[in-house]
Amino acid sequence: MLGLAATRVALYKKSPMGDPDATLRFPHRHILGIAGLARDEIAFLLDLADSYVDQNRRADKKNAVLRGRTLINLFFEDSTRTRTSFELAGKRLGADVINMSVATSAVKKGETLIDTAMTLNAMHLDVLVVRHAASGAVHLLADKVDCAVVNAGDGSHEHPTQALLDALTIRRRKGGLEGLLVAICGDILHSRVARSNMLLLQTMGARVRVVAPATLLPAAIGRYGVEVHHDMRTGLADADIVMMLRLQLERMNGSFLPSIREYFRFFGLDYAKLGVAKPDALIMHPGPINRGVEIDSELADDINRSVIREQVEMGVAVRMACLDALMRNAPSNAGG
Amino acid sequence: MASEGRRTAYVNARLLDPASGLDRAGALLVEGKRIVDLGPGLFADGVPGGVALVDCGGACLAPGLIDLRVQLREPGEEHKETIESGCAAAAAGGVTSMVCLPNTSPPIDDVSVVEFIARRAREVGTVKVFAYGAATQGCRGEQIAEMGILAEAGAVAFTDGVRAIANAQVMRRALAYAKTFGLLIVQHAEEPALATSGVMNEGEIATRLGLAGITPAAEAILLERDMRLVALTGARYHAAHVATAEGVAVIRAAKARGLPVTADTAPPYFLLNDTAVGDYRSFARLSPPLRSEDDRKAVEAGLLDRTIDCIASDHAPQDQDAKRLPFAQAEPGAVGLETLLALALSLVHNRRAGLLDVLRLLSLRPAEIMGFPAGRLAPGAPADLVLFDPARPWRIEPERFRSKSKNSPFDRHPTQGRVLRTVVDGATVYSAGADATRG
Repeated sequence: MLGLAATRVALYKKSPMGDPDATLRFPHRHILGIAGLARDEIAFLLDLADSYVDQNRRADKKNAVLRGRTLINLFFEDSTRTRTSFELAGKRLGADVINMSVATSAVKKGETLIDTAMTLNAMHLDVLVVRHAASGAVHLLADKVDCAVVNAGDGSHEHPTQALLDALTIRRRKGGLEGLLVAICGDILHSRVARSNMLLLQTMGARVRVVAPATLLPAAIGRYGVEVHHDMRTGLADADIVMMLRLQLERMNGSFLPSIREYFRFFGLDYAKLGVAKPDALIMHPGPINRGVEIDSELADDINRSVIREQVEMGVAVRMACLDALMRNAPSNAGG
Repeated sequence: MASEGRRTAYVNARLLDPASGLDRAGALLVEGKRIVDLGPGLFADGVPGGVALVDCGGACLAPGLIDLRVQLREPGEEHKETIESGCAAAAAGGVTSMVCLPNTSPPIDDVSVVEFIARRAREVGTVKVFAYGAATQGCRGEQIAEMGILAEAGAVAFTDGVRAIANAQVMRRALAYAKTFGLLIVQHAEEPALATSGVMNEGEIATRLGLAGITPAAEAILLERDMRLVALTGARYHAAHVATAEGVAVIRAAKARGLPVTADTAPPYFLLNDTAVGDYRSFARLSPPLRSEDDRKAVEAGLLDRTIDCIASDHAPQDQDAKRLPFAQAEPGAVGLETLLALALSLVHNRRAGLLDVLRLLSLRPAEIMGFPAGRLAPGAPADLVLFDPARPWRIEPERFRSKSKNSPFDRHPTQGRVLRTVVDGATVYSAGADATRG
């Protein structure tokens, strides 16, 4: 335990000012999306996250990298999972963490997004973790505050920490991302997870396919450089990774899809459809799962194929890495 | 007030009249509210006594701009714009007549609102303000409005403003009923079933930003339908702010068939494309949305080959609270009155069109569409004039706008062409440098 703390301190000491190279490895003030991150910056975050996986598996899970720092989880959209993950990440790094759920409070009173941001900004935060139902809302907010901002999901735009935790999960299981064939299946149109993953996986040298009915694909999907499939049999063929997306049930009322049973029949993942993928193909899902809608319930729990629970574990480590990396670039008045 | 019979000579001007094709150095004489004489030889022997003199210093003197698409927000949203602030903005932009949309609160579907706007414009006493009447009651697209009575009260044409008349039967009846009185129907041509869920052009940028797109087909689909209804009813039809290549093609084909159809567009649609949205710039959220570069080029080509008859500002003031929001929640629209001339002149500076061609789009054609006597330099025509320097460079700085709202997608754009003086009914309502006072 002491040994690791010492390692962390050593790593930390050389980064902010002393060694320009270490700072340059992640030269960003915010993490708003995968777009704009270079390959070595992503690798740097994944390497850092790897070290936190070990820390999180020990009895004493805390260090002091963010001691004295204040982190606010500002969630305009309900999400127990992501919020808890960021909360744990902050606390394990020694930060003071406050959760704000504004989905029901201030916004109803007429306070705008920018008002909320300005109010919080006046409280001298160090990191603001934001989720919002509108694409671009986190960018808007990041322009108005002095602290680092992490996008915890904005509308259909990006969810960068999800893509990073997916990449970490894959990298630990497969040894790397380069050359892997990843099939992303389901509601690509509305998915920030899909957008962040398409960008990250391709940046890291993986091949990406998307598999979905045409009503759930964005118009310019072809511009992402991914292979587009409408049939799970061709889309999953020889895949190393099958990444299922959560389908919002409100899309099922006949607007995008006729019914759950029709969707499951053609696009739900079961053992039969998985048969064309590589024998050791991994199944991933950002959660929470709609059992029997996008994935067969038994398959989701199959410890030989599904890494869904491992993704959750990697989530905490990746978020710790993101917070750590951002705070290395943050101004410090402690002289360190 | 301009006193009756008072005479003013505008000398040393470059006279530009898109109606006659005149483009020569000369002088112009105004008596009272009308132009009485003009030409290269006028005042060759000096200006007689008792005539006020305006030395134009070689600048361009042309018919004042006529803007067919303006939202003045009064009554109802006076925090965004008022008739007074809108008139000040128009005067500074060289606009001498404008037609305001009926999407006020209450909407212009009742004679009292037409009269209210006329009275407020009279009190302001600068730019001529005309009103569209609502084509349907409350602009709801369900029952046709009292077009006959509204027209008697002064409504110059009929539209549901920023909303399409979507129901085919309602549109058919609105056209047929308008035809009864010889009235013009103006359409915001976007199929709402395709358009209302989207917030920007459907394409790569919307895909990457995770914003819901509007297919460009939304415009052509409604225009195609409307062309059939125009053929069925024989009514006059005007397509507002055409923004897509397919839309331009539909108008072009309709004109070739001889249908009584006209169209306008606005500067954003021939100067910008959807890349202006960038990182969620809500000032670039317009309705219809900024389209692709191919669409932009087609709209420009439509202006040059006269498929599109005129350029309107599409002035849509929005306050900070309506724009400083996540992109999809922000209100659409951009102010345009004060940048209309300079942005239209970019067609000249980019060597796409001549000066007279652009003036035809800004004054002559809109006047003809509305049946206004203005839009020309001719003896007997109203003395509605704009004096401008087409080459003078400036930077668009919305904080200097007279409009109450500052939402311009051209914020900080360098541009060329400055209004020096605006004259309405013989009275100066704006002059550069000094703030405008009438007379």
